[in-house]
Amino acid sequence: MHMADALLAPAVAATMYGASLATTGVAIYKLKKENSFDMEDSLKKIPTMAVMSSLVFAGQMINYTIPATGSSGHICGGVMLSALLGPWSAFLSMIAVLVIQCLFFADGGLMALGANVWNMSFYGCILGYFLIFRPIASGKILKNVNARSRLIIASIASCIITLQLGAFSVVLETGASGITELPFGAFVALMQPIHLAIGLVEGLATSAILVFVYENRPEMITCLTDSKEGKTSFKTTLVILAIVACVIAGVMSQFASSNPDGLEWSLFGNEEAGYAANMGLDEDDYGVQSSAAVVADSIQSKTAFLPDYAFANDEDNRLGTSVSGVLGSAMVAALAAIICLAGKIFRTKKQA
Amino acid sequence: MNKTEQARLIIGRLSEQAEGNSIVHRISPLCKLFITIVFIGVTTSYGKYDLSGLFVMILFPVIWYQFAEVSFSECLYRLRYVMPLVVIMGLANPFFDKEIVLYVGRVGISGGVISMLVLILKGLLCLFMSYLLVATSSIEEMCIAMRRIHIPAFFTTLILLTFRFVTLFLEELSVMTEAYQLRAPGQKGIQFGAWGSFLGQLILRSVDRAQALYESMVLRGYSGEISYYGYKKYSKWSVLITVLNLCLVVLVRYVRF
Repeated sequence: MHMADALLAPAVAATMYGASLATTGVAIYKLKKENSFDMEDSLKKIPTMAVMSSLVFAGQMINYTIPATGSSGHICGGVMLSALLGPWSAFLSMIAVLVIQCLFFADGGLMALGANVWNMSFYGCILGYFLIFRPIASGKILKNVNARSRLIIASIASCIITLQLGAFSVVLETGASGITELPFGAFVALMQPIHLAIGLVEGLATSAILVFVYENRPEMITCLTDSKEGKTSFKTTLVILAIVACVIAGVMSQFASSNPDGLEWSLFGNEEAGYAANMGLDEDDYGVQSSAAVVADSIQSKTAFLPDYAFANDEDNRLGTSVSGVLGSAMVAALAAIICLAGKIFRTKKQA
Repeated sequence: MNKTEQARLIIGRLSEQAEGNSIVHRISPLCKLFITIVFIGVTTSYGKYDLSGLFVMILFPVIWYQFAEVSFSECLYRLRYVMPLVVIMGLANPFFDKEIVLYVGRVGISGGVISMLVLILKGLLCLFMSYLLVATSSIEEMCIAMRRIHIPAFFTTLILLTFRFVTLFLEELSVMTEAYQLRAPGQKGIQFGAWGSFLGQLILRSVDRAQALYESMVLRGYSGEISYYGYKKYSKWSVLITVLNLCLVVLVRYVRF
């Protein structure tokens, strides 16, 4: 899944660097809060992290053949790292692996490093851990299943899902860079199934390793033994979802079709594309004329500083589209938060 | 030779190459990193059909490789796993973009073919320059360079140790594989049912060994900082060469001859 430099446009590469750097900042902050960098604590932590990174590194050096496809793949290792080290340390360990591969083996591009960190460590170590691995392994979701089976299910599910997300990200990033003529659908159809197979193999390997470690040294798998850890996940989940929404919105909006959406199309048609005006309405002048409508329209045109998802004065600008994608999701999130807050205030008043 | 030994050989070979003493080896790693990033950024910024413009960029790796005494063929051999994805992405272009943009004699060449060539060329150029960086600077030098730009010591230690532990890990792996083979004569590979316990055991053994190693490092006075003592000094020529290279790259990119 290592992307080469040639597959990315500089703007996309920079965006991905930004996202990955922000997550790295959060990871370092979290670890500093846990005092992981103190000499006393690092005595145990650093060598374990380093040896686990080297395991993943060695694992990625050795490709295995995927049966019946003629292709080969290598393990990604994010899920295993986060199960054994905790998500934030795992994220840094994975970055170490990717930096070494990039700077000392020229595997995965230097400019594509940000994208590679995002595709492989973010999904595997952080998203997969908080949203899939920990809820299942700690017994939040499957309460009646024993720990061993929960570990197996959690590893397989998180490996498959995070690899699918990673592969989909590769498609999005390459598509947003505009370097290939391969249609989006065809590329997705090419990437996803192959990573399903890789994910399954990786899931099986991860579960076998984790079950062995659990049986021999249960204290190494923190989310199973540390009951305290499973509780404060809501805030973290929220933060992660917000970051993902921003990045996906930013990348996805590069694809935003400039054709009108279904509703707009049915009302006004799309003359440039050769369709007749469906309802024959003029986009700037339709509906019932009333003074209230005119006032409302003029207010909307002043408040909408991102008309039709671009900056007001620069309609062809792709950056505008992606900025407005990010801003749009931020505004939706803010709106959702306001609604929740209002509901909460309303409920407390009602109870009182 | 099994895969473990092959992996060990590759790591050994790369470290050996980085110990060389050419002009390029003597440039500061930070400058080389900067040169590489600028080159890759400029190369990828070329337009989809700008084959003639991109072609001039070939001169850079050619000249650098001559000075660095690194062979192109070895670079291509090492990177044989990296190119396929780029080539596959490129190969799709001629099928979807069939508009003829150029005639060579009476043969029409479509936009797809041009964009495919541009993509493959971009891939190769970026790989050549990345490999140049890899082949001419050792991991210790790179870690010292990273410390100079204030990347946390924790992180450089992690990178350095990961790299060192790969050898340790591969050593444990070959010991365990040999022990397994002696217990199961005539069997090919490791039985599927034993994979989990084999790998799990390998992890536990390596973690124990790594911790013992790190503890002994700390007992000998390691405090999280890499010692700069004994590493080669870099001349001021590094900066001059970097600036010169930057000017040339910009000149080639933005001035049409």
